[in-house]
Amino acid sequence: MDLINPHVVDLSRFQFAMTALYHFMFVPLTLGLTFLVAAIETVYVITGRRIYRDMAKFWGHLFAINFALGVATGLTMEFEFGTNWSMYSHFFGDMFGTPLAIEGLMAFFMESTFIGLMVFGWDRLSRPAHLAITFLVAVGSNLSALWILIANAGMNVPAGTHFDPDTMRMQFQSFVELVFSEDAQAKFVHTSVAGYVCAAMLIMGISAFYLLRGRHRELALRSFRIATLFGLISSVAVITLGDVLGRMDYAKQPTKIAAIEGLWHTSNPPYAPWAAFALPDDAKQENHFEIGIPFVLTPLITHSFTQPITGMHELEDQAAPRIRSGIVAINALKHYGDTHSSADLATFRAHEDDMGFGFLAMRHSPNQDTSAITEADLERVVHQTQPDILPNVFATFWAFRIMVALGGFFFIFFAFSTFFSLRNQLESNRWLLHIAVWAIPLPVMATEFGWITAEAGRQPWTVFNRLPTFLSSSSHTVGYMTFSLIGFILLYSALIVAEFYLMFRYARRGPQDHTSHDTTLSGLHNAQGGHF
Amino acid sequence: MTAYVILKLLWTGILGFLLSALGLMVGMDMGVGTLLRFVGRTDPERRTMLNIIGPHWDGNQVWFVLGGGAIFAAFPSLYGTSFSIFYVVMILLLFSMILRPVAFEYRSKVENKHWRAGWDVAFLISGFVPMFVFGAAFGNVLQGVGYHFLWTGQYIQDESFWSYLLNPFAILCGLMSVALSVQQGGAMLMLRAEEPIYSRAKQYSSLGGLVAAILFVIGGVWMHSMKGFMLTAPVDPNMPANPLHGQHVAMVKGAWLTHFTAHPLLWLIPIIGTVCMVASSFCLRRDHVGLAWWLGAGSWIGTIGTIGAAMFPFLMPSSTAPDQSLSTWNATGSAYGLTAMLVVSSIFIPIILSYTSWCYHVMRGRVSVHDVINSHDSY
Repeated sequence: MDLINPHVVDLSRFQFAMTALYHFMFVPLTLGLTFLVAAIETVYVITGRRIYRDMAKFWGHLFAINFALGVATGLTMEFEFGTNWSMYSHFFGDMFGTPLAIEGLMAFFMESTFIGLMVFGWDRLSRPAHLAITFLVAVGSNLSALWILIANAGMNVPAGTHFDPDTMRMQFQSFVELVFSEDAQAKFVHTSVAGYVCAAMLIMGISAFYLLRGRHRELALRSFRIATLFGLISSVAVITLGDVLGRMDYAKQPTKIAAIEGLWHTSNPPYAPWAAFALPDDAKQENHFEIGIPFVLTPLITHSFTQPITGMHELEDQAAPRIRSGIVAINALKHYGDTHSSADLATFRAHEDDMGFGFLAMRHSPNQDTSAITEADLERVVHQTQPDILPNVFATFWAFRIMVALGGFFFIFFAFSTFFSLRNQLESNRWLLHIAVWAIPLPVMATEFGWITAEAGRQPWTVFNRLPTFLSSSSHTVGYMTFSLIGFILLYSALIVAEFYLMFRYARRGPQDHTSHDTTLSGLHNAQGGHF
Repeated sequence: MTAYVILKLLWTGILGFLLSALGLMVGMDMGVGTLLRFVGRTDPERRTMLNIIGPHWDGNQVWFVLGGGAIFAAFPSLYGTSFSIFYVVMILLLFSMILRPVAFEYRSKVENKHWRAGWDVAFLISGFVPMFVFGAAFGNVLQGVGYHFLWTGQYIQDESFWSYLLNPFAILCGLMSVALSVQQGGAMLMLRAEEPIYSRAKQYSSLGGLVAAILFVIGGVWMHSMKGFMLTAPVDPNMPANPLHGQHVAMVKGAWLTHFTAHPLLWLIPIIGTVCMVASSFCLRRDHVGLAWWLGAGSWIGTIGTIGAAMFPFLMPSSTAPDQSLSTWNATGSAYGLTAMLVVSSIFIPIILSYTSWCYHVMRGRVSVHDVINSHDSY
């Protein structure tokens, strides 16, 4: 029997998380920048004023720099399912591969083909034709996000798929259920509008930098106003859809919602407090220190004053019978592979819904084989498997809180910015411009913490309640993983240095004076340092 | 023949089409990358070369992404197993592929000799390595790969990765793939560049076609003495996609040629491939560049077609557990999944082909060194 090496699983997870978070630094920016550029170019085509063409070209160039890294690091994401998660690909690929392939066919091809014309085609295309190309790039990149999030929603709430014992995998059975799953739709809107917030903040930050320096005033004021309106609307949408997602997790991923709220014991409506601050201890399964706001939790999650939210201890208790039943399912399934007997199949079908919990019990079974569990040993295995159903509470709890706090800040900040921008009082409120410059990286951070909340909160599963993460990885050696990890760290570090160098350089140089010589990176920090 | 069997066959055909398109379109850009330092002697010349593929490389690269995505969706077990087994080379391929988009975007943004020279090396690596790995992967698959499956569907690797890097047949296939990419990249440069890039590209690309033809013929002769795979008992093509049961396979010397012996018409495929390579090289010498480009497409189809004709129904045979070899019959997705993908592809592939050709049409005409230096938009 070949055992799964837990170190390889951990290293594979680490590599995937690192490369996904890295990829996700560029993608949200491009999602929003394309639409902002398209909006600006529309104004150019309608008014014919040169300034809008300059604006479109300038922001379009920043978009192209980010797009290059988004494409490059996106290749890694697509390949990693095959190179590092072979069992996952085998188990879920029939369904999961489809949205990924459609993303290539419908979206990625479109944005990548037309970005060439968008950058190179200014002199070869009529104004309306070039505008159409810019819109195609914008629609393409957002469609791309749609299919990726449909795939991701499939991992969190498997829809349109069923397990087939003859092929030992989840088979695709309904395209409509997959695409129109509530979870997929809400995730798509929440994530793409979060990308719009990132882009709005970037444009506002760079424009604010020019205003503080008194450069490119006309371009900066116009860009700032378009971006802050776009940002305000987007931040409202992010918050609304975030609330929808919370309700869905409550219904479909109770372990995730309990971990997000650090809720060890079932809540007691309507009084139940919402933990604004707590230090969850995963080992002891309790919160060390907690500041709660009473009467908030129940309406926040359930939109009612009466429904309780199940706590993590109670979820563990509810899992015990499912683990016992899951072990029966897995044993029957393994036997069925050899015999193909209808008796084994019937046993499996009776316990099928719990099969994931049987897989989970493999980790604590002798030689990772559930059929080797003796009658006397069963309760030990069940008992040890129970805590495994929970994600890392500390990480999920805090990632969520940081995301929410940042989200609230963006809304307030956009509201103030819009107010002063519409009253033409931006330049007399320099504090706002300073905040705008320093806030550039914050929305990107918020989306990263959002990813951690969603995906750390999904653990211990890659396919929720079906396939555990520790079974999903490829059977590599630690040596393989060390090789690829070192490579990724070196390559990605070099790329981020080059990216920041170019972005700063390009932003500092500005749209018109292409010939002016720029100074070093630290110039930006020195210029701001005096005011803070 | 049931609908599921037809779907399995169709998807095997589509896989061949995608691999040929990938070799052709990605190979063309990779060839330009490989040639960058040899054909372009000065910085403006190199920039001109990059700007020739500048508007198109991004779209072309998606053939690569789509190839991966289609294998994932239509052959999930093949995707998980092959990408994992070739882990070290796949990661090397990935690293070199990551360098490329970045190199395009960043190289010419800074006027510093060392910065640009560094990115030029990145282009060389990211042009040569992926095409070499692409070819070598076929070389390894033809020889069989050491793996078997557990009852859960998890693969277990039975060989060290060194054997995939350092075996002569794989190196031969890798070099052939590089030669084809040089031919195609050179042809693209000749279509769009002026002197002196034109003449230098002509030398390299016409040589590339000839080298590819020679390596292709050597590889064919080699297959005579190589162990191939064959089914020893009839298999049910309608079987559920599970490699653990239902196939009996033996490794036999020369087995890859049995299809050709049984159906002599199949010899047309390698013959067309070889003729295309030689004719393309000839046309390039005679300045019939457009025709040579399309003959290059024929070279790829002939090569991938030959491999497909030799191996069918095998996709990635196992040398340590031949009965568990992944094949057209046991490695595809479900009937529903294949149907869904077929509908989507038949809508979108024609659309993709038409807007791709339109983009080439918009950007037609020669790119001069002068234009590149004087444009703010160029790479």
